[in-house]
Amino acid sequence: METILKVNNLTKKYDGFTAVSNVSFEVKEGEIVGLLGPNGAGKTTTIHMLLSLLEPTSGKIEIFGKDLFKNRENILSRVNFVAPYSPLPYNLTPYENLTVFSFLYAVKNRKNRVESLLEEFQLQKFRNSRTGSLSAGEQTRLSIAKAFINDPRLLLLDEPTVHLDPLIAREIREKIYYKMRVIKGGVLWTSHNMKEIETMCDKIIFLFNGKIFAEDSPENLKRSFGKEDLEEVFIHLSKEAEKQTYDD
Amino acid sequence: MTINYLHIFGILLKHLFLLRKSWHRIFNMFFWITVELFGWGFITLWLKSIAGADKKIDFILLLLSALIFWHIFMRVQNAFSVSFLEDIWARNMINLFASPLRFSEFVVALVFYSLVSAGFGLLYVSALAFVLYALDIWQLGFYIIPLFLNILLFGWSLGLLTVSLIIRYGPSIEVLAWALPYLFFPISAVYYPLSVFPELLQKIAFFVPTMHLFEGMRRVLLEGVFPKESVAWASVLNLFYFSISALVFYLSIKVAIKKGLIARLVTD
Repeated sequence: METILKVNNLTKKYDGFTAVSNVSFEVKEGEIVGLLGPNGAGKTTTIHMLLSLLEPTSGKIEIFGKDLFKNRENILSRVNFVAPYSPLPYNLTPYENLTVFSFLYAVKNRKNRVESLLEEFQLQKFRNSRTGSLSAGEQTRLSIAKAFINDPRLLLLDEPTVHLDPLIAREIREKIYYKMRVIKGGVLWTSHNMKEIETMCDKIIFLFNGKIFAEDSPENLKRSFGKEDLEEVFIHLSKEAEKQTYDD
Repeated sequence: MTINYLHIFGILLKHLFLLRKSWHRIFNMFFWITVELFGWGFITLWLKSIAGADKKIDFILLLLSALIFWHIFMRVQNAFSVSFLEDIWARNMINLFASPLRFSEFVVALVFYSLVSAGFGLLYVSALAFVLYALDIWQLGFYIIPLFLNILLFGWSLGLLTVSLIIRYGPSIEVLAWALPYLFFPISAVYYPLSVFPELLQKIAFFVPTMHLFEGMRRVLLEGVFPKESVAWASVLNLFYFSISALVFYLSIKVAIKKGLIARLVTD
């Protein structure tokens, strides 16, 4: 399987504070990797570095085998991103939002692409409504539709389902799962929803205080720590990590 | 470094989509200049009446042409920086810069949008001035082109500086988007000649491109000659200030990428 994302010794320090420390991991073709950790663990900082919004203090990010910061435009044309703290502009319609991003990602056959995404994500009937007037679920569907505008080979999802009710969240998860399997892309997924991560991810990376604390498949993690579900593993690892920090 | 015209068009399209459906944006584009044109127009008519028939100076032409040029300058700077603020208010910065869009392409798109905005403004205000006061701003002829280009360039320099400072220090200083041009108003000699300033202020005003442009505009209107020296000084100063603004922008982006300020533009 081709490696889509390779992160090597990634570190981000702000004045006297280390947000991410020597983090290394890979996402392979067709793989969904979960990035777990308590608030402030460094998940969003890591995602922002992977989007070139933030320069690492040290370490290397390779996407599609190329250095991200030397090939930014070329790489980002095949990457996309969804996060609830970055919604699409409220005062544009779904049609307008998707059209604008079809230009930014230099998509071919833009009109057809926008129409097919509106259809696929059941947004046709809202196509001319203000995005701000849509429900949280509809807005997330639109954000996910935007994330697929360029058929990304790498999708970065920062708590994509956080504001959604369980039914809509499941619908969104299934959509992402199905689409990425078709595209054969890789996904890096952060969430506080353990059930979601357990269901969706092939591998989980557990971050605490910017460091990788554990990395394995959900099944292996549960087995290793003798826990029944991922939430128990999360709580156990959080306590362990906290204890270790105090000891240090 | 290559520029992708699709990226530029995408940003431009976003602003045009917003403009098309937003009455308050269209209103903002035309309201202030209409009010000012009425106010200054009637003051000018009154000044003309008390100046007496023997006076050869055309107050309407002088003052209202100055008003129109100042408005275009304000329009360019404002359209440039407020369009940038729109994306901060919409919490759209991460979406934009997580895409292949370059910062330089974003700036070029803002330049085009401010040009569209200023162009519409100029057409509207020149038509209104003609209807209300029979003022034909186009009688400046080809001389208007270097003056207009220099006005645009200084507007873009200030717009770029405003955007850079907002990136660096956060949206809390967004008031600069409206206030910065007014810093230059008193020493730009918009409605009065440079000679009315005390000597020290004249020396300071020399470094303000708009002063040279308004002085030049008056030479065209009063003497009918092309103000070579004013245009030359304005151009040199403008190129210098635009280079400085571009450098400040570049450095702001460098700092922003290092400190994660782009992401914080969403949350501040």
